[in-house]
Amino acid sequence: MTIDNREPDLQAMKPDIPVGIVGYGAYIPRYRLPAEDIAKLWVGPSNRVPVTEKSVAGIDEDVVTMSIEAARNVLARADVNPIDIGAVWVGSESHPYAVKPTSTIVAEAIGAVPNTQAADWQFACKAGTEAIQASTGFVGSGMTKYALAIGMDTAQGRPGDALEYTAGAGGAAFLLGTAEESVATIEGSFSFVTDTPDFWRRQNAKYPQHSKRFTGEPAYFKHIAECAEQLMHALGTKPTDYAYAIFHQPNSKFPQQVAKVLGFTTEQIATGLLAADVGNVYAGSALLGLTAVLDVAQTGDRILLVSFGSGAGSDAFDLSVNDRLSLCQTLAPTTKDYIERRTVIDYATYARYRGKLALI
Amino acid sequence: MQVPRNWRLQKQRYSLIGEVCEHCGVKLFPPRDVCPECSHGAQTLYQFTGMGNIHSFSQVFDPPNGHIENTPFIVALIQLEEGPMVTAQLTDIDIEHVEIGMEVEMVTRKMSDDGTEGMIIYGYKFRPPIVD
Ligand SMILES: [Zn+2]
Repeated sequence: MTIDNREPDLQAMKPDIPVGIVGYGAYIPRYRLPAEDIAKLWVGPSNRVPVTEKSVAGIDEDVVTMSIEAARNVLARADVNPIDIGAVWVGSESHPYAVKPTSTIVAEAIGAVPNTQAADWQFACKAGTEAIQASTGFVGSGMTKYALAIGMDTAQGRPGDALEYTAGAGGAAFLLGTAEESVATIEGSFSFVTDTPDFWRRQNAKYPQHSKRFTGEPAYFKHIAECAEQLMHALGTKPTDYAYAIFHQPNSKFPQQVAKVLGFTTEQIATGLLAADVGNVYAGSALLGLTAVLDVAQTGDRILLVSFGSGAGSDAFDLSVNDRLSLCQTLAPTTKDYIERRTVIDYATYARYRGKLALI
Repeated sequence: MQVPRNWRLQKQRYSLIGEVCEHCGVKLFPPRDVCPECSHGAQTLYQFTGMGNIHSFSQVFDPPNGHIENTPFIVALIQLEEGPMVTAQLTDIDIEHVEIGMEVEMVTRKMSDDGTEGMIIYGYKFRPPIVD
């Protein structure tokens, strides 16, 4: 059989019924571990660290508790009865159970049970954005009134590994509903995926493995740039049309480089670039950038959001801000409020909080 | 009877759902179905705001099983803004910063886990509000 290798028809994904973000909520835990502290322990004092500090979850926190807080912040902004939420979807690579959904516990805690869809999503750092795309389809087809999509992680790096400098904790939740009642309309989205061996974790392994050769160019840069360019091409937009752009942030450098390649300025990415303060919060990374932007964006602003997940793939979104946003920005703690609530801890406390020490 | 009872306990533990007496308006937590003020039935579910003040507190150094990794932790008697008094752990705060009368808000956190293979139990704790 011959392969039909014609160019696909590149159209942005858009539902029949226009859909938007009805409410949003961030969460970042209180603790911070300076990257310099990690460097001192493993390689001696260094100023070549990839972020300033990373956020660390407390001993009583996990993706369930963090998702619940972000979801409550959504409800504080959305004025929606939780029984009308038809889907609760949580994207993460650090779900507390291998088998038993995070999403049912979150749904129970916010009062969305029992008449709701609930599922956990997994695709490294883009598990949250794919939950948003699925929610857009679920609402946009009329199957449900509202869908809650969450990207949240308590990322783990093997002690001494390069990932330990950046593997942080945090994320965000978004309630999708009709564009009519939304604070920001999703004008379209696009996905770009290939089978790329850049980063993985096997079922029973505590820490992930990564292959240096595949991390930058063939994985992060290729997927984000292609995805962003194809979405803009499909929608007929250009970088200068956007007030803000947010790219997945495994460190501070990569998103700045990819922004430059695509033709975005430092000003366009500054508001949503949080890696220096919180590290790489994996499935929550680009999404936390989006909540930071929504906290300050104004009516008419256009936003470009592009995630990246190892394995590998990117999801891109074009959003436009509606009047309603200004009415809900201060109804829950802002992303900046969480960033400024910080307590610095040392490596020993970090090791205890994140289960890197075994109690005998 | 066991299933509804557990279901109700779970709601109570995750998000401070109690009851309100339709007769005299008293809010009950934990739910006990009969109003302690007027003895009428009180079975209407009520979602507490989660805001309250610290009435008293102490630090626990010798905890029950399942709490070892979390030790020492702070336990406080908290007066909810709707009236009821609840006993709960404080989180996201060090003992030297805790004061009687300080405002706190409810969060859902891990209470304990049954080793690495058992269930994780989630429930309410209190912490200083994110925004003053
Ligand atoms: Zn009464």
